[in-house]
Amino acid sequence: MTSSRKREFQSDVLAGIRVAIPLALAVFGFGVSFGVVARSAHFGLLAPLVMSATTFAGSAQFAAVSVVGTGGGVAAAIVAASLLNSRYLPIGISLAPAITGRTPRRLLEAQLVVDESWAVSHLGGGRFSEGRLVGAGLLLYVGWLAGTVVGLLGARLLGDPNRFGLDVVSPVLFLGLLRGQITNRRAALSAVLGAAIALVLVPFTSPGVPLIAASVACLLGLVRT
Amino acid sequence: MTAAWLTVVLVGVVSLVTKGTGPVVLGGREIPVRVRKVIALLAPTLLAALIATQIFTSGHSLVLDSRSVGLGVGALALVLRAPILLAVVLAAVATALARAFLHLP
Repeated sequence: MTSSRKREFQSDVLAGIRVAIPLALAVFGFGVSFGVVARSAHFGLLAPLVMSATTFAGSAQFAAVSVVGTGGGVAAAIVAASLLNSRYLPIGISLAPAITGRTPRRLLEAQLVVDESWAVSHLGGGRFSEGRLVGAGLLLYVGWLAGTVVGLLGARLLGDPNRFGLDVVSPVLFLGLLRGQITNRRAALSAVLGAAIALVLVPFTSPGVPLIAASVACLLGLVRT
Repeated sequence: MTAAWLTVVLVGVVSLVTKGTGPVVLGGREIPVRVRKVIALLAPTLLAALIATQIFTSGHSLVLDSRSVGLGVGALALVLRAPILLAVVLAAVATALARAFLHLP
């Protein structure tokens, strides 16, 4: 990396951190709920913490722990988590041009990808910033881990985290991110269509399938105007 | 190995592979313009689908409950140009109040 590209990367990292501060607080809240749920699913203290540190994918972790906790078995938990994580395949492909360097570094940076860091790194028009991904991803990672610890340790005091409305933290956060992503009518149409496809499929499919099916709406990008 | 640890390890591997495939296989390469036009829509589309499924579903049913109240309050706050964090806090408070006093699920 030349020194000017290095400086640009560093300022992108800082920009990513700055934008992600409110998101990290919300992700912290989501982490607290995960910690509480993992505790009530009898996962102990260390296993959920290791999971948050190595998996770093809220919805998949939530689903896996809930399935095992309600006696659904490990196999069903893995299927649920895989389906929920399947959106990271197209997301990873969308980011690929922006993620440079040697293979181990690309693999490591890819692990910082969550919905929020991905949205923050989107510069518009399908282009992404590597620096913003790294900055936002690292801060969100810290928020997620810290939230998990608080949830695990405070589970008994907190009781049901939904009592505090924590289950709307993540969707309202996504709504705030969505506001910045609707840049034209086509994006708005694709968003409405994606939500509709997902809701229509919910009664008939496993969790996660509606999400990956919703991405079909993006083919609107091929329609000429 | 207990069920908990087996789940932790396997979900970790799944996540490593799904997140890593695109950047490892295609990292640093340009994507054709037509594909990029599709990818440009991925963020708004997936975010909208995530919101819809997290608010309006419970298991396999479509529902309207306290979460819809919270989303409405959050959306209103965002329309009034509130910062994201304030909108999130207001939405959580509204959801908690609806749950406690209106006895909505």
